Amino acid sequence: MSAKDQIQQTIEANDVVLYMKGSKMMPQCGFSSRVAGVLNYMGVDYLDVDVLADPEVRQGIKDFSDWPTIPQLYVKGEFVGGCDIVTEMTLSGELDTLFDQKGVGYNKEAADKIREANA
Amino acid sequence: MAMEGKDIEALIRAAFPQAQITVTDTAGDGNHWAAEVIDESFRGMNRVQQQRAVYASLKGRMDGPQGELHALALTTKVPE
Repeated sequence: MSAKDQIQQTIEANDVVLYMKGSKMMPQCGFSSRVAGVLNYMGVDYLDVDVLADPEVRQGIKDFSDWPTIPQLYVKGEFVGGCDIVTEMTLSGELDTLFDQKGVGYNKEAADKIREANA
Repeated sequence: MAMEGKDIEALIRAAFPQAQITVTDTAGDGNHWAAEVIDESFRGMNRVQQQRAVYASLKGRMDGPQGELHALALTTKVPE
């Protein structure tokens, strides 16, 4: 299976997928760490894919989304953004709205706490 | 090869001549950058489209293990 097909299958089979460097428990890059940290804290059930484990996926995910950087967040098969966009959306509440619309469970109080701490 | 802030700004400037561009060395190590780009052409685009356009202006320098730009935090906005 090509990297593209593999990615397509993964993001269709899992509601929330984070392509990152390292794992959600042990991120290997500050940008990946920031997004994984937000999702962990908000109690989102998501699949973490370590791009460092597979060079084909590492390049494949960039071609797939036409986006040159890692991490990349996908919700219900759609590319949401990288670290900067996810951070902005978390602080503005847009990420909550997206999860609400897509029926993804998360802890609203935790999301509010992140916003309070960064206000 | 690491890039300098003025090189980053020049690349973005070439694609967005009228933009307000602020490039900051966030770690003071010449390797971790932040760029804020405010441009009228972003109007009507979502953030993914805006940032994709900025990445395109950097012409592959973000890519791959040999990418000259290791870390660039992007903020894109439409003028108020």
